[in-house]
Amino acid sequence: MIASLRSATLLGVEGRPVTVEVHVSVGLPAFTIVGLPDAACREARDRVRAAFVSSGLAWPARRVTVNLAPSSLRKAGAGLDLAIAVGLLVATGEVDPGVVRDCAFLGELGLDGSLRPVAGALALVDATQARAVVCPAPSVAEARLVPGRSVLGARSLAEVRAALTGREPWPEIGAPEPGPAAAGAAGPVPDLASVRGQEVARRALEVAAAGGHHVLLVGPPGAGKTMLARCLPGLLPALAAPDALEVARVRSAAGLALSPLGPTALPPFRAPHHSCSPVALVGGGSTQLRPGELSLASGGVLFLDELGEFPTRVIEMLRQPLEDGSVLVTRAGASARLPARVLLVAATNPCPCGEGSERGACRCSPAMRARYTRRISAPLLDRFDLLVRVDRPSLRDLLGGESAEPSRAVARRVAEARRRATARGVRANAELADDRLEELTPLAAGARSLLSARIAAGELSARGLGRVRRVARTIADLAGADEEVGAEHVALALELRAGRAVFLGERGE
Amino acid sequence: MSPPRPGAAGSRRARAVASRDLGRAGEDLAADWYAARGYALLDRNWRCALGEIDLVCSSGPVLVVCEVKSRSSDRFGVPAEAVGAAKQLRLRRLAARYVSERCIHPVRVRFDVASVLAGEVTVLTAAF
Repeated sequence: MIASLRSATLLGVEGRPVTVEVHVSVGLPAFTIVGLPDAACREARDRVRAAFVSSGLAWPARRVTVNLAPSSLRKAGAGLDLAIAVGLLVATGEVDPGVVRDCAFLGELGLDGSLRPVAGALALVDATQARAVVCPAPSVAEARLVPGRSVLGARSLAEVRAALTGREPWPEIGAPEPGPAAAGAAGPVPDLASVRGQEVARRALEVAAAGGHHVLLVGPPGAGKTMLARCLPGLLPALAAPDALEVARVRSAAGLALSPLGPTALPPFRAPHHSCSPVALVGGGSTQLRPGELSLASGGVLFLDELGEFPTRVIEMLRQPLEDGSVLVTRAGASARLPARVLLVAATNPCPCGEGSERGACRCSPAMRARYTRRISAPLLDRFDLLVRVDRPSLRDLLGGESAEPSRAVARRVAEARRRATARGVRANAELADDRLEELTPLAAGARSLLSARIAAGELSARGLGRVRRVARTIADLAGADEEVGAEHVALALELRAGRAVFLGERGE
Repeated sequence: MSPPRPGAAGSRRARAVASRDLGRAGEDLAADWYAARGYALLDRNWRCALGEIDLVCSSGPVLVVCEVKSRSSDRFGVPAEAVGAAKQLRLRRLAARYVSERCIHPVRVRFDVASVLAGEVTVLTAAF
């Protein structure tokens, strides 16, 4: 007899519907799975059989063929185990086919018949075209984030069978206990109030958060670059519900735990180490196309500490995704579009010894310094609207009594500035189109003369001018100036680019 | 072969004898099954250098090569499961040898597996 069930497999951060067909016929006892399963999926043979026997079910000593359709799509992982097992129950007449007609099944089976959670439950449930979805108890909370589906949870194959045959009701699955693993993946966000001194860098972070401008922090070790970057998620506006769901979907597809309280409104913060491989950063892999750090940071902050230590090949990969806000990962078998809407924050030392920004302290030869700064290419450098020099805080700042402005106060100004940007039809000022700059950033007389002096001195290119104008617009928004961009705003925008000299000076441009 | 010595019921030899008797009884049951359905029994335990065919029978133009598997319990799975890929390949070669040595020209060769479990015979026709 033949049974046909609905399930789904993961590709990138999207689910793809899969139909599991199970055929049980007379013949030598055999169990074959066809339809392009990957290694983990093919091993379902042994898991399903052991789970059957452990659950006290009779294994059909007949010829069993499982087909996973569409057969051109590579099926990854063990998430189809439950659908195959239930398909066998239907094909052997144990369960009525009518019961499973409008139901999808997701879950990995243990040898003891227990149901294990699957990665990407959120996307998988979304992809199944069924009214009801049966999934492992630990995935129920995640599956319920998808609207319009009735989610049924179970802890074992025996429970699923009892419920499908009507012997017992579906078990009640409540919200999971908040475990230590799920509580805030990035840890608590530090408060800007704990950063001493660093007036310029603080302003840079505020402008970056308000305008979505990418920031490069240049300074010696111990200046507090990492600390500053870690404060950023606390300055960004809380994620709106659809964005929070998108963040949850990517985390789920990467197999990371979600907060037990549902999608979190705190923007993500990812800080991959500089030994990160290209695929780990942008996503990929041969079968499943898993999201990388870039997608995990989407909607929040991607922090690249020690930018100069990253292999050039790795960081250059960021150029196109930063422009598009997404990355299309293509392999021989499939391609997937992964989200990549990040605020990029990078930190680097000015030279190999790290002391380059303090006069006379650097021990590096000019050739060493040139080699070091050249690792960050001009096109990548161009993506940063803000290039800020961060020096070590002075003794007076470190020991001084007065505490700086807390993140909460800054976040309020940022939210206000973002509201102004939204009124212009963009998410943040960094996205303002070139042809709208003249209309949206009218320059006051002082501002105009300041800029023309810089252009005349050859310190500002046409592209640089556009960037300065966008940043100046953000600064004016933060100051509450609706109309004209004043000279003081442009002056600050220029100051927040001063770190550029560290790189361009060495190149002799 | 000598009958099992008293007190050596669990010995290797005693088990081999029990197993052979079980196999022989299974083959009898399977032969009866084919006879009851009008097949002509051509050979039992036909041997050559390649091995042995348990039962060879025919029904009109079809030559049936049958492998009989007997078990006293299904503790280690049903008997038919023991006919793996290697065994299937061996039976195909044996069938070819049988056809050429006997100079018969069947229209079709069918491979059956007779699964005998605790005295109950189940024949899987055209098993592979």
